[in-house]
Amino acid sequence: MIREKLVMVGNGMAGVRAIEELLKLEPEMYRISVFGAEPHPNYNRIMLSPVLAGEKKVDEIILNSREWYAEQGIDLYTGDPVVEIDRINRRVKSASGVSLDYDRLLLATGSNPFIIPVPGAHLPGVIGFRDIQDVEAMLEASRAYSKAVVIGGGLLGLEAANGLMKNGMQVTVVHLMDILMERQLDKPAAELLKASLEANGLRFLMQAQTAAVLGEERVTGVQFADGSSVEADLVVMAVGIRPNMALGQKAGLYCERGIVVNDTMQTYDPRIYAVGECVQHRGNCYGLVAPLFEQARVCANHLARLGYGRYEGSVTSTKLKVTGIDLFSAGMFNEQDEDETLVLQDPAQGVYKKLVIRDNRIKGAVMYGDTLDGSWYFQLMREGTDISGFRNTILFGQHDLGDAGHGDGTRLLSLPDDAEICGCNGVCKGEIVNAITSKGLFTLDEVRAHTKASASCGSCTGLVESLLASTVGEGYSEAPSKKPLCGCTGHSHDEVIGVIRDLKLKSMPAVREVLNWKTPDGCASCRPALNYYLLANWPGEYRDDAQSRFINERAHGNIQKDGTYSVVPRMFGGLCTPGELRAIADVAEKFRVPEIKVTGGQRIDLFGVKKEDLPSVWKDLSAAGFVSGHAYGKALRTVKTCAGKTWCRFGTQNSTGLGVKLETLTWGSWMPHKFKMAVSGCPRNCAEATIKDFGVVCVDSGYELHIGGNGGIKVRITDLLCKVGSEEEVLEYSAAFIQLYREEAHYLERTAPWVERVGLNYIKARLLEDETGRRALYDRFRHSQQFFQDDPWKARAEGAEAHEFTPLQIAGLASNLS
Amino acid sequence: MNDWIAVARLDEIPRLGARKIVTDTVEIALFRNSNDQVFAIRDRCPHKGGPLSQGIVYGTSVSCPLHNWRIDLASGEAMGPDQGCVTTYPVKVEQGRIYLSTVVDQTAVGSDAGSR
Repeated sequence: MIREKLVMVGNGMAGVRAIEELLKLEPEMYRISVFGAEPHPNYNRIMLSPVLAGEKKVDEIILNSREWYAEQGIDLYTGDPVVEIDRINRRVKSASGVSLDYDRLLLATGSNPFIIPVPGAHLPGVIGFRDIQDVEAMLEASRAYSKAVVIGGGLLGLEAANGLMKNGMQVTVVHLMDILMERQLDKPAAELLKASLEANGLRFLMQAQTAAVLGEERVTGVQFADGSSVEADLVVMAVGIRPNMALGQKAGLYCERGIVVNDTMQTYDPRIYAVGECVQHRGNCYGLVAPLFEQARVCANHLARLGYGRYEGSVTSTKLKVTGIDLFSAGMFNEQDEDETLVLQDPAQGVYKKLVIRDNRIKGAVMYGDTLDGSWYFQLMREGTDISGFRNTILFGQHDLGDAGHGDGTRLLSLPDDAEICGCNGVCKGEIVNAITSKGLFTLDEVRAHTKASASCGSCTGLVESLLASTVGEGYSEAPSKKPLCGCTGHSHDEVIGVIRDLKLKSMPAVREVLNWKTPDGCASCRPALNYYLLANWPGEYRDDAQSRFINERAHGNIQKDGTYSVVPRMFGGLCTPGELRAIADVAEKFRVPEIKVTGGQRIDLFGVKKEDLPSVWKDLSAAGFVSGHAYGKALRTVKTCAGKTWCRFGTQNSTGLGVKLETLTWGSWMPHKFKMAVSGCPRNCAEATIKDFGVVCVDSGYELHIGGNGGIKVRITDLLCKVGSEEEVLEYSAAFIQLYREEAHYLERTAPWVERVGLNYIKARLLEDETGRRALYDRFRHSQQFFQDDPWKARAEGAEAHEFTPLQIAGLASNLS
Repeated sequence: MNDWIAVARLDEIPRLGARKIVTDTVEIALFRNSNDQVFAIRDRCPHKGGPLSQGIVYGTSVSCPLHNWRIDLASGEAMGPDQGCVTTYPVKVEQGRIYLSTVVDQTAVGSDAGSR
């Protein structure tokens, strides 16, 4: 196959990211050549501030070494900008005279610092803050001179000022507005920032309009419109960047503020793509890394001819990388007329948080001093989550909602390097920060892969995201607003559920074909998800695929660390008889079960059963009337009950009886994740119904129905759905709620995050306001249950899936196998 | 010397599945992927000893059921950023029967103890 020629102009982060994404998809499709104006291979531009501040060295911020380009077979031309594009003959020419043909051209020319056109702006000693050369010039100046003026009190300007000050210069920041970082901060937050930067030693001239740069051979000062002036040996212009579109313009490509591209990152010439800071997309130019990486991903997708990626614009968030200063901002942080604001101000602690709210959704956030929850607010904002359920506590942060293993001592900045962040895998702060900087990580997934932090239970995800944000600053690539189901596809859970339903897809290969899956078999993440979605959508039609089940669900037991299994028979409502207890005891003795434990869900767990013995164990349990407790599955687990009015002097209703009825109705149903219920006989709530997925609290006049609780990783108290008057209604509402969850939640999403994502109001609308709809959900649940209330244990005890439980015995096979 | 021993019929292993072979000394996981390729590796994840035969199979790899390490079935090497290796055994399929060789690739044995 003759490879097509891909030429990239510009050797920066966005462009090289696009190449990396392309190589992941189609390593062989193109012969790739890269031209860069700078003499360096691709480096991490975000880390220029730490280099200037002396916290990092230049070679520590190289992202792709020259060896990398060589290994990928990429021809790299550094220090050699492209000066001409001949679109008719599809050829580019570089400054040194190299001429290359292309089939596809990728422009990633980045941006230039804006130099204010005032007299003297081109004097020696006046520079921008853009690349390694600028940093070297600043470092050199700091050794020879003492006074610096930074024009521009935005993100970049303040980082430059901080770096120069660290190098011993006396620094004055000149800003046109009366608010620092006015594109990211509101006035109160900017005042706090200014005060602490002043305490560090920076000086500020606010509302100062630069009129001229003074000096003859080299800069000596800056003069302002009001006639005043200030001395300077070095002037850094950091008033903004302008997309570098000169080459594109010269080639006749349509440009406005940047090179205009469509949602597939193509310019008006479809053979020419553009990504990064040189681009204008839907009227916006972006200068932060996260959106540029999203563009790179989409561009690669199209270069690889997959054709389904779309870039639809980004919402961005910002962190300032000045050591000791913690601020965060995102979205529309300056409220407009119809907006409401939630504000927390504690001047003594230097803490300020503001959320801008419209229709119970976060539109913007500004935080200063305590930014731990920035990524949480950002997520709520991007997902458009209805916050009405927790808006009275939202400013106190996600921790206020409970977070196992992470008490109050989690203010990240103050943590020492050996503080444990991930309690499951024992990963410390220093280890994570080190991996982020040394391996050039930008996303949560990358950190998970390299350190295992947040890769197990996920309760430290917020902490890891905050570490990522504070380490790479504005380069932190948030998970894209549309999360793909897994690495095998670019499609989200909702899109997958949508096509399964709308196109009536009834097999896994069909789903993978329609959605252009990248892998033939899927992977350990998407196969169980697809299997569940197909099972939930087509009960009785889709045939369960055992090989796409996690081992627990395939073996119908819980795998333990030594490879044995645990067995939990179902005890409806937690009730049992002497005969049943005797049967369990007999099984335990017969099969020498090493340990028996009463579970938190009011039943009995037999630990240490060998896989080969499972069918025989089930046979005996089955004979005694037990069915599987599904304690291993993404399924209905238990219905916990209290004694209720049969015995308890406080009981108002028959809670055990109702619990049995609920469990009888719902057992055997497969769910997106595990699902637990409880029924308490009075508001003392001994069955702890308010931390269950569905909880009933009996009162004298009826039954309160509670939804979306969780007692695990993140404790979440249920939301009250409604109160009903009869047991029949409890059953109908519970089944309808379960069915809504089964149909609409993402696989592996518990009800607690699902309810927070879609909002309590939505669930109320579906279950309370739409009576016909609720009835239909209830009917669909009952229809589905006729297929799933079939005890998997009994079937296997009778010989089904025998191969799963029988190892191949090869006696005497080669004793030298070891 | 190559002592090929018949251990199973191909149709005794489900596609994208595995069977465990119990021998006098070790347990071996025998895998079959979607192209009917067969692989034999020691049934012990280099991470914490998880039974790889119980994992989900895709492509030419398996995910360990305990902590989701991904192991390449052909080389026995852990994939992604994880590091470790499990012994592989030569295996062949002839006329629907699977044969396992007792001659272990010596280069792989030494690294079996690898871990993170």
